[in-house]
Amino acid sequence: MEKYYHPIKFVEERCQGRMKCMRVCPTQAIRVKNSKARLIEDLCVDCGECINVCPSGAIVPLTDPFARSMDFKYKVALPSPVLFSQFRPDVDPRKVVIGLKRIGFDYVCDVSRACQEVTIALEEFLSTYRGRLPLISSFCPTVVRLIQVKYPDLTELVVPIDVPREIAARDFKHELSKKLGVDMQEIGVIYITTCPAKIVSIKQPAEKERSWIDGAISLVDVFAPLFSAVSDVKDEDVTEEEVGDFTFDAGWSMLGEMTRLLGSERSIAVSGMSDVTKVLDDIENSKLRDIDFVELSSCLGGCIGGSLVVENMYVARNSLLKLLKRFRGSTTVNREEVLDRYREGYYFLERKLAPRPLRPLDPDVAKAIEKKKQKDSIYNSLPKIDCGCCGAPTCLAFAEDIVRGQASLDDCIYVGGVRRGQGGQKDQERKDISGDHR
Amino acid sequence: MEDEVLFFQEFSIMGKDFSNAGTVSTQIKSILKEIGFDPVIVRRAAIAAYEAEMNVVMYAERGVVRLRVTPDKIRIELEDEGQGIEDIELAMQEGYSTATPEMREMGFGAGMGLPNIKRNSDHFEITSEPGKGTKLNIVINAR
Repeated sequence: MEKYYHPIKFVEERCQGRMKCMRVCPTQAIRVKNSKARLIEDLCVDCGECINVCPSGAIVPLTDPFARSMDFKYKVALPSPVLFSQFRPDVDPRKVVIGLKRIGFDYVCDVSRACQEVTIALEEFLSTYRGRLPLISSFCPTVVRLIQVKYPDLTELVVPIDVPREIAARDFKHELSKKLGVDMQEIGVIYITTCPAKIVSIKQPAEKERSWIDGAISLVDVFAPLFSAVSDVKDEDVTEEEVGDFTFDAGWSMLGEMTRLLGSERSIAVSGMSDVTKVLDDIENSKLRDIDFVELSSCLGGCIGGSLVVENMYVARNSLLKLLKRFRGSTTVNREEVLDRYREGYYFLERKLAPRPLRPLDPDVAKAIEKKKQKDSIYNSLPKIDCGCCGAPTCLAFAEDIVRGQASLDDCIYVGGVRRGQGGQKDQERKDISGDHR
Repeated sequence: MEDEVLFFQEFSIMGKDFSNAGTVSTQIKSILKEIGFDPVIVRRAAIAAYEAEMNVVMYAERGVVRLRVTPDKIRIELEDEGQGIEDIELAMQEGYSTATPEMREMGFGAGMGLPNIKRNSDHFEITSEPGKGTKLNIVINAR
């Protein structure tokens, strides 16, 4: 089986086994054994919720160190539009562009044009598509992975159009290498990211060979040096030669923007892992019959709610709306040119998205059913209070771990404790229930 | 027919219980997913079960669904007590529906329920006694 890259690391020395990560994980991918959290790699969808809740700082995102991004001869910063919302609204966003150059980038690549182009491409795709509905946006890498892992049957509904950050990086690299007459390998496009999931989409893309982006640094890491650089930029420094034609578009970083830009009345926008899961369940159960398009974001409120941001997402949203008002119409794209590129296949993903279904209880149907029955009977013997003391997030997950041979009923402080303490008849009963798992 | 039944579970459905409508087919789907059937097969079974369940919710008093898994087949048997179907041939036609305006407002009654079950199953039988109830026998080949 393919080894999955995950952009997070559990630092064992720091982990105090407080289980907050285990409880918050939406795919139940964390177990705590001997007071140390560990990740079940097949199950992780890179949402970053565990990073946010860890009280000990034991889960760290594996973004590229800022210094390593500087290895390329030509360094291009590709900031998520969210970066501009992290400063006070009275900070001129052009100063942020200058600040990025002062901390070491040679160029700043703007995603606003790519956002508009991809919106047109998406509109065109939706209006000509005649297949199973509703279609699902490919924008959030965590959602894409969640679908691959838990909803394999829905992978065919994920729109096969690439995301703005990739299109922006691809265009910028081509233009710059032509302009400077240099090889594309010498140009490094570094994404300033709001979440760990986008790092995976760069290091191990789900739908193509390789990403056009060369590295990702966390917005949090870049913020401190950038903040002081931006503070030093004087009003008179903001000139045409420094910034060029500044354009701004919030893209899809706020929940609801994608569906708003598409203008489809048969669409919904949903955020936060628990609601995303509910909606995917509904789609799987064919309940969303009057909806044609679904915008999904694993982070609450969209990318502005990412785990690697500094500003509260409601304030960030307010700032983005102000910026949008100020720079509305600053980006113009030629619709016909975009449609020509669309017809050439420019915006499409290279590969079909493949499911990544979980390992079944057993490859053999009869044995799988036998194990399922065992699991159900173990589950029925458990207290069903999901206390987590066994090191699994729920009693049901614990029962499955036992059947898979990865846990022992003794780990349960209720049922296992009775066995250890009193033995006797109960002991025999438990043995019957747990079968031959040891 | 003589295949060994590896898994059996019975579910009950209440007519007019719209707030719980769909829970039985969702449970069936989870069970089949957990056993590890191919996603396409799970989907076909889930759609067939959902349409059958909705028919009970809309038209019958109550119903029972029996799920049986054999080494190579998924069998879903449904038996309801209710008004039954007068003309099965007509009911099987796409677009034919006796749904009330209220049901249509809720997004049902497009007359695709029974045809949808048939399309998603490998073997489908329907028998009905007007005024008494309807029986469905759905089989999906698992390999």
